[in-house]
Amino acid sequence: MATEIIIHDQKDNVGVVVIEKITPKQECNCWIMENDSSTSIQSKDEIHLGHKIAMNDLNEGDTILKYGHDIGKVVKPIKKGEHVHVHNVKTKKW
Amino acid sequence: MEIPKSFLGYKRENGRSGTRNHVIILPVDDISNACAEAVSNNIKGTIALPHSYGRLQFGADLELHFRTMIGTGSNPNVAAVIVIGIEPKWTKKIVDGIAKTGKPVEGFHIERTGDIGTVMKASKKAQEFVMWASEKQREECPISDLWISVKCGESDTTSGLASNPTVGNLMDKLEPLGVHLCFGETSELTGAEKVCATRGATKEASNKFMKTWGAYNDFILKEATDDLSESQPTAGNIAGGLTTIEEKAFGNFQKIGNCKFIDVLEPAEEPKKGKGLYFMDTSSAAAECVTLQAAAGFNIHLFPTGQGNIVGNPIEPVVKLTANPLTAKSMSEHVDCDVSKILSREMNLSEAGDKLIETTLRVANGRLTCAEALGHKEFVMTKLYRSA
Repeated sequence: MATEIIIHDQKDNVGVVVIEKITPKQECNCWIMENDSSTSIQSKDEIHLGHKIAMNDLNEGDTILKYGHDIGKVVKPIKKGEHVHVHNVKTKKW
Repeated sequence: MEIPKSFLGYKRENGRSGTRNHVIILPVDDISNACAEAVSNNIKGTIALPHSYGRLQFGADLELHFRTMIGTGSNPNVAAVIVIGIEPKWTKKIVDGIAKTGKPVEGFHIERTGDIGTVMKASKKAQEFVMWASEKQREECPISDLWISVKCGESDTTSGLASNPTVGNLMDKLEPLGVHLCFGETSELTGAEKVCATRGATKEASNKFMKTWGAYNDFILKEATDDLSESQPTAGNIAGGLTTIEEKAFGNFQKIGNCKFIDVLEPAEEPKKGKGLYFMDTSSAAAECVTLQAAAGFNIHLFPTGQGNIVGNPIEPVVKLTANPLTAKSMSEHVDCDVSKILSREMNLSEAGDKLIETTLRVANGRLTCAEALGHKEFVMTKLYRSA
C-alpha cells in the first residue's frame, strides 16, 4: 500500500507529505513511524513533498507536536487536512 | 551487514591515519593568499587554502584563528604543509604548532623578501614535499582510525524523517567500533536544547552543553533585529516544508542516533577524551562548521541535505546524502548516497545506515566525493568579533 504521509510520533498533530504532492479531497494513507501503525486522512489543500498536514482541528495558541515534541504555536485556526506552515504556525523561541 | 574492520588510509607520524594525502599551502593571513595561490599554481598536486582573516585579531578570536590554522595543518588528511604569512612571528607559531605532529612543515614570511622571492623559495620546498608525499601508499588501518564529523544543510522535513536518522543509524553501528564522532551547530539545536542536554554521557557534559547553548542563544537574541525569519529557518528550509527553528532542531538532532556525547568542544578544539561522540560549539553555516571540525582532526564528513546543499572542504572529504527524491534526481551530481527510498518505504533505516557505511568506507579508501570531483574547497574561518 502506498504511503502518502509519514507521522513521526503517535502524539504528533501533523504529518509530512512524502510524495510529490497531494491534492484536495485526496484520501491519504499515513504511516506512524514510532509504533509502525497506520491511519488515514482526507486532505483539504494541495500539499507538496515535505510539507505538513494537520491531523486534527487546531485553534490559535495550540501547540504543534512533531517528533512528539513542541515545535511551535498555532497563530491562525487550522482545520484537519489543511496545510500547516509559516502562514499559520510560528516559533515560540526567537 | 558485516561491518569491515579496516580501511585503506595514510599512516601519519603521530599515529593518526588520513583518508587523503594533501600537501597544503596555508596562508597565515588574507594578504598572503596571493603568494599561497601562486605556489599552488606552480607546484601541481598542492592546494592553497585562501581565507579572509589573520590580521589584528586578538583575545579568544586570535586563539581560534591559530587553533584553526594549526589544526588544519595537523589534520591527518594532510601529508605536508607550507605556511606563508606576512610577518615571521605568527608564521613561526603556526609552523611550530603543526610540527608537533612530526609531519614535514616549513614557513615563509613575505616581509623583506616580497611576493616573488617568497613564491620562489616556497615553491621549491612545496615541490620537494609533494614529490615526497606522492610516494606514500595507502595501508590497512583499523576502522577506529576514522574520525567522523557530521553536519546537515539546506535541510527540509525529509532530513529529519530519513537522511539525518540514517546518519544516526551509522553512528549507532560505528560507535561501538571505537570511532571518534562529532556533531555541532549550536544555534540549530534551539528548541531541542533540553532534550539534547539529556544526551550528555555525564552530568558535566550536559551542563557544559547547556552553558554553551545558552551563551550562543544570548548572542543571537542580542544581535537579532527581527525574528530571524530570513535566517533560521532559511528560505530553502521553508521551501522544503520546515516551519520553525524547533522543528529544524528536532530534525537536526536525529543525526546522533542513540549515542551520548562525552564532552563539549570549543570551536576547532581537538577531542582529548578518546573514542566516542563529541559536541562542538559551531555556527550552523555549512562551510564554517566543516572547517572547524576538520581543524579538530576529523578525517571524513557526513552531510545529509534536503533541498541540496553543495558544500565541500579542501582537506576533509564531505559525503552527501539525501532522502529527498526531487533533490536526488535534479542534483544527482552532488549526491554520494541516495536514501530517498526510505520515504517510499522500499528501504528501512537500517538498510540506509548500511548503505551509508559502505559509501563512507569507499570514500575513506580513496573514492572521490561528488564535492571533491566538482572542485568544492570551501575553507571558511570562524571569526568571533571585530579586529582591533
